[in-house]
Amino acid sequence: MNSPTVGLRKTALHSLHKKLGARMAEFGGWDMPIEYSGIIQEHLAVRTAAGLFDISHMGEILIEGPESLRLIQHVTCNDASRLKDEQIQYSALLTPEGTFVDDILVHRFSADRYFLCVNASNAEKDFDWICDQNAFDAEVVYVSDQYSQLALQGPKALNILQPLVSIDLADIKYYWLKRGKIGDLDCLITRTGYTGEDGFELYFDPDASERVWTQLMKAGSGDGLIPTGLGARNTLRLEAKMALYGHEITDQTTPWEADLAWVVKLDKGDFLGKEALIKQKGTGIQKKLVGFEMVGKGIGRDGYPVLINGQQAGVVTSGGPSPYLKKNIGLAYVPVSHSDLGKEIEIQVRTQAVPARIVKTPFYTRPTT
Amino acid sequence: MKFPADCVYTKEHEWVRVQEGAAIVGITEHAQKELGDVVFVELPKVGDTFDTNETFANVESVKAVSEVFCPVAGEILEVNDALSESPQLINDDCYGDGWFIKLKIADVAELKDLLNHEEYAEFVAEESAE
Repeated sequence: MNSPTVGLRKTALHSLHKKLGARMAEFGGWDMPIEYSGIIQEHLAVRTAAGLFDISHMGEILIEGPESLRLIQHVTCNDASRLKDEQIQYSALLTPEGTFVDDILVHRFSADRYFLCVNASNAEKDFDWICDQNAFDAEVVYVSDQYSQLALQGPKALNILQPLVSIDLADIKYYWLKRGKIGDLDCLITRTGYTGEDGFELYFDPDASERVWTQLMKAGSGDGLIPTGLGARNTLRLEAKMALYGHEITDQTTPWEADLAWVVKLDKGDFLGKEALIKQKGTGIQKKLVGFEMVGKGIGRDGYPVLINGQQAGVVTSGGPSPYLKKNIGLAYVPVSHSDLGKEIEIQVRTQAVPARIVKTPFYTRPTT
Repeated sequence: MKFPADCVYTKEHEWVRVQEGAAIVGITEHAQKELGDVVFVELPKVGDTFDTNETFANVESVKAVSEVFCPVAGEILEVNDALSESPQLINDDCYGDGWFIKLKIADVAELKDLLNHEEYAEFVAEESAE
């Protein structure tokens, strides 16, 4: 049951997580906290109060220089030219075949300075990929080691963080950022997250990690803030139907198939993968990502076959119990011809074919305030 | 962690308590803690027979599925139906209300191959230290 942790990378908060009694496991080459008090409790805390995640495993890449934007426009499929200073965009790096290298966040600091947040397991691959494409007057710098990253997520996140920072958090809109200070510590504060809740992500000097963690936990104790691990992060992002690299998006899937057409801006000029995407748009896609809900008893999980009329016709990319909705849900690739809402499918759960139904996504949307 | 003295144990983290000639089987505190919140249990039917180490149940936590292996060969006499409605009994009371099955033991000599509570506690400590 214990996975070997030798050779895994550790965040600056590793020993603190162990002290807190977190159950640790490998994720993307890192030894990360999966759960502290239990995934269900942590999940519900984020939906109703707040949770604090150490996500320092995430990778960061800085792009600088007069042609930064040209490089970013070339390697991503969304249109970064629409970004204003301090604005953030969900985007993706694509192969020439139009499939995913990774999904990323592009932060515009200024016209000649962009900051990319990328998946832990892909950080070095992404860096090499961008460097290989860099035929521009831009500098690509791998800066992952210079940052700890914490995610404070949940409806109470703003209240908890506000007293600790030098800036007015209400001024930061969703998918925007500001630089601020926690005490005398410089901090990049972004209104982003991977949970479907309101919240903030903080990037700062790793040496200050324990201090910031402790300050936040103390500030949030009266509001129900608890430490939350990658287990809850996964169930939260699944309810919000946010893609996970290696699951919904891989080098075998395109944005059209992954239901991420909104991330592709074909009118922005040339970019890697554009020709392939135009071609696939013409011929049409064969498979499509859909959400499903188990109808019969059983839990459809990652990798389980999807059956239509008794024949394997697709595969579950992410699936499991939804702690908030108290249903068993999942995402799966199915043939386009069988992807309409309400369609009946079956999930092969070990020896049994268990009925499921295609449903509207996201499974969970936060109440608008 | 508690490993009651009236049980014997497997290295796959099941416990067996012999009562009136039948074996009650469940998973240990170590196992339920490793799993985390249990949300679903797939149990066998009364009358099913299993070989030693054969999978007789699947227990699902939020994040994973684990097989539960039959500590000794035998025939299912009873299953804990309460687990269908309340799988969290496995987290709350793994040696009591969270039991899985009652088994008619095919060969009682097999019980000798299992670990007593002290041996099992040592095994868990060694495994955790790795």
